[in-house]
Amino acid sequence: MLEIEDLNLTIGETPILHQVNVSLKKGRVLGIVGESGSGKSLTALSIMQLLPNGARASGSIRFGDRQLLNASDELMQDMRGDDIGMIFQEPMTALNPVQSIGDQIAEGIILHSGVSRDQADRRAAEMLERVGLPPTRYPLSRFPHELSGGQRQRVMIAIACAQGPDLLIADEPTTALDVTLQAQILDLLKSMVEDEGMGLVLISHDLAVVAQVTDDILVMRDGRVLDSGPTEQILREQKHPYTRQLAEASSHIPERQEPILSDDQTDLGRTPLLVAENVVRDYPTKRESLFRKGKPFRAVDHVDLTLYPGQSIGLVGESGCGKSTLARMVLALDRPTSGSIAFRQANLATADKQELQKARRDIQVVFQDPFASFNPRHRVERLVSEPLYLEGHISREERRRRVAEALHEVGLNAGALDKHPHEFSGGQRQRLAIARALITRPALIVLDEPVSALDVSIRAQVLDLLADLRARLGLTYLFISHDLGVVRAICDEVMVMDAGQIVEHGTCGDIFDAPQSSAAKRLVEATPDLERALAKRLDG
Amino acid sequence: MTLFLARKLTWTLATLLVASVVIFLALEIVPGDPAQVMLGINATDETVAALRKSLGLDQPPLTRYLSWVTGMLQGDFGKSHTYSVPVVDLVAERIVVSLPLALIALFMSTIVALPVGLIAAARRGGAADTGIMAVTQLGIAIPNFWFGLVLSTIFAVWLQWLPSGGFPGWSAGVWASLKALMLPAVALALPQAAILARVTRSALLETLGEDYIRTARAKGLSRRAVLWKHALRNALIPVLTIMGLQFAYLLAGTIIIENVFYLPGLGRLVFQAISLRDLIVVESVVMMLVAVIIAINLAVDLAYLVVDPRLRANH
Amino acid sequence: MRNRSFAIGFVITLVITLTALISFVWTPFDVTALNIAAKLQKPTAEHWFGTDHFGRDVFSMIMVGARNSIAVAFVAVIIGVGFGVPFGCWAAARGGLMDEALMRGNDVIFAFPALLSAVMITAIFGPGAINAIIAIGIFNIPVFARLARGAALALWPRDFILAARAAGKGAARITIEHIIPNMANLIIVQATIAFALGIIQEAGLAYVGLGTQPPFPSWGKMLNEAQTMMSFAPHLAFVPGLAIVITVLGLNLLGDGLRDVLDPKLSRTRR
Repeated sequence: MLEIEDLNLTIGETPILHQVNVSLKKGRVLGIVGESGSGKSLTALSIMQLLPNGARASGSIRFGDRQLLNASDELMQDMRGDDIGMIFQEPMTALNPVQSIGDQIAEGIILHSGVSRDQADRRAAEMLERVGLPPTRYPLSRFPHELSGGQRQRVMIAIACAQGPDLLIADEPTTALDVTLQAQILDLLKSMVEDEGMGLVLISHDLAVVAQVTDDILVMRDGRVLDSGPTEQILREQKHPYTRQLAEASSHIPERQEPILSDDQTDLGRTPLLVAENVVRDYPTKRESLFRKGKPFRAVDHVDLTLYPGQSIGLVGESGCGKSTLARMVLALDRPTSGSIAFRQANLATADKQELQKARRDIQVVFQDPFASFNPRHRVERLVSEPLYLEGHISREERRRRVAEALHEVGLNAGALDKHPHEFSGGQRQRLAIARALITRPALIVLDEPVSALDVSIRAQVLDLLADLRARLGLTYLFISHDLGVVRAICDEVMVMDAGQIVEHGTCGDIFDAPQSSAAKRLVEATPDLERALAKRLDG
Repeated sequence: MTLFLARKLTWTLATLLVASVVIFLALEIVPGDPAQVMLGINATDETVAALRKSLGLDQPPLTRYLSWVTGMLQGDFGKSHTYSVPVVDLVAERIVVSLPLALIALFMSTIVALPVGLIAAARRGGAADTGIMAVTQLGIAIPNFWFGLVLSTIFAVWLQWLPSGGFPGWSAGVWASLKALMLPAVALALPQAAILARVTRSALLETLGEDYIRTARAKGLSRRAVLWKHALRNALIPVLTIMGLQFAYLLAGTIIIENVFYLPGLGRLVFQAISLRDLIVVESVVMMLVAVIIAINLAVDLAYLVVDPRLRANH
Repeated sequence: MRNRSFAIGFVITLVITLTALISFVWTPFDVTALNIAAKLQKPTAEHWFGTDHFGRDVFSMIMVGARNSIAVAFVAVIIGVGFGVPFGCWAAARGGLMDEALMRGNDVIFAFPALLSAVMITAIFGPGAINAIIAIGIFNIPVFARLARGAALALWPRDFILAARAAGKGAARITIEHIIPNMANLIIVQATIAFALGIIQEAGLAYVGLGTQPPFPSWGKMLNEAQTMMSFAPHLAFVPGLAIVITVLGLNLLGDGLRDVLDPKLSRTRR
């Protein structure tokens, strides 16, 4: 049905795709896997002929008996949304904020089948029902901002599938969602494809996701197809070195050594580093009416948490479960509404400035997005040394020496000192962020989704680094993530958070193998795992 | 929604109140005694004192402020010292010049600017876009009073198609009056149109880069349909904001253009009243203009609600 | 394209500024000297832009006028930035009631018709350059306050600010180290726009007789004097008008160019 031959693409002067060949039969599911910059999304946009300005393509893209490459606008407009539907990554921005969801679904229906408004609305309602948003609860008059990310992605699927296309292209449709939503959306996509007999091209950076859903697979890197064939065979045999590398990276578990604690730390080992008791954090909501205040939203609901020196505890939960709010309170960036958080017996909420500064030296943080976590205007020396502010005045030489030392710890050389953050790749920046967290020699590092924004191979390297640092420096980690797989790689114990409460606490193995709470079950079930996906296929 | 309106209305009233205090205080500290100015330097102290008394200037400031505000609330804006007529009558006489002038200018600016901005955005980077951007860049740089001078030289002095100034009054005929307002309206409209066209273009370009535009294209909509159905409405908020500001500016900021064309409008009324120290006129007219501007801002805020459903929910 | 508008804008602004500076030490003719015998000449080799009704050299008057226009508009921008940016940053950092109060204060100033109020201020406190500066400057403050507040509010939740807070830095230090440098390009661009608007406003005030006072010439006043002579000496109105247009155009182009040159996103892709 879809046949791409020798597709070459350049944007401006930069070559993007080289001799890409793709073939897809009706009713089959093809996965395109690759890390960022591999050209997988641009391959998809080439099929839709929605390439950015300045793009030049050559080769052939045949869909049925029609040539799509450089086809006329009129032909493509007939095909798009009718014969080929597409779903994008970012559900929060992919829908028009000022149009109701009904209008947005009906628009394509009216355009392509020329039916009346009423008929289109009826069809739109059917589609909403089909994607799991029954119109009795989610009327057509809803606006996108009244829906959650997962629900919006369902609306996107309804839009893309409204005309029963022959081919559906899904470009990282679940990357912006947490694992449970990801599982739901993948299930939905799979069942739509089976029911309607559509072909599906699923683009993802995640081998495990692709392994769950696809019949065939295509591995891309730097604009080239490196490996392709039936999913099971390719992933089981892992003949191509890059495929093997990706597979290993995606289920990578760093070698674990117990941290070497100094005598000092061992003495302290019996006393907890951080104790949080009955922590509650409420946020005010909008007023319900002129005279009634809205009921406050309880983001964190009576949480107890104890961290001993050298421990590495994972805090997992779906987005919005309150884990980041808890982290901010541990970092003393936010205060609990009630309850207490004590670091080495000092209550962070009531501590005076001096005590607080002292505690801050021992509690550092690494954020998720390596691009957002540095002031783009400063050089590395200044960026990494920022927490040294906590130690009062330090001479320039001393500062440079300490920064160079921290850089060395994370595997960067001192030549980085005078560079700006944009001169580094995402993985290197995350190393810089870790260097910044290390520079005050802290006891505790809060890691807030530190690898979620990284490609799998980089992710593996950063996880190795984190494990190594913990062992060598005797660090304590509070590791926050929505991804149980990553947490398992680095933590001994896991706490599962749901709706502001900690619903389960245990070792990684216990929770993975025998989850008790429904939240933990959901997470375990939804966590993409290459081995399990392959095993499941064999059974099925 | 009602909550939002209630809040908005409260703030509007509070702003009006603060503005009235500011205006009153500003004129309190004005150098120059109105009574002295009115009677001239040769007046005796007794006559000045008598006039001060009759004008109520001997009262303490708070009393005068309260009587001014309560008067306005009852529709009594006081009586001009120099013209000896109620301020309301003066304003009524002038507003029939200023309001039509502002409306015509806003109308001309809008019907030129929106399509021009739309064309530029649709043909981004093309010859039409480049040309429009160059012309609007120039348009913004032209001071309206100078443009007025140029227009009047060309069309009034050289070609003699239109009058170079003055206003015959609506009783002298609608056509004659419109002719008198034509050149000043064009002079006012040109820089405003240039600004509005650029705002329209950049707002459209911004929305055209959004993800939902790609979604709409993926549905099979043509570029043109995407522009009209999806981009335009989302681009409307900055455009409405600027239009609100422009109307306020056109109503109250025409003072200099009125000088160029000798138009008896509100701006000139205030200008003359200031130089004659006819403070009650200045106070009341400025207060009225401030009230109108605040009302326009409120109207623009309400228009946002119509355009953007997100705002309806958030407030 | 972006570098072209920056280059043109920069050159125009530079030339006008140099002209203004040179006028302090040299002009072709003395602008205060009247020479009725040479009045109302068309442009000649001697008088490049002709002479006015008092026989003064228009070119020299334009040079001195540039000095006025630039000084008034520039200081008015400094007032706007100097008060507006700290207010805006403060409001954003404090949040809550303080923020609300400051921003409402802003709204009150916004509600005053700027030009009319400037006329009022200069008329009441006496015409002259200083009062013109104050009158224009006051209405620049809320513009910059609003801009700075908006930019600061967008920056505060960013991760690198959180990191600075985790490093124990207070709001004032974070504002100076992180917030202001990251909004500087917005402020600079807005400053060039306000500068351009200030030139037009100053000319307007001078035109109605409320700007710089005689014997110093200013562009706006030259326009005013030229108005009655439009039929027989139109060049007297065209020349100062063109001077305003070119100056404002130059500043706007400079602002447009700066917007692109200073944008870190663009400079990143260019590397």
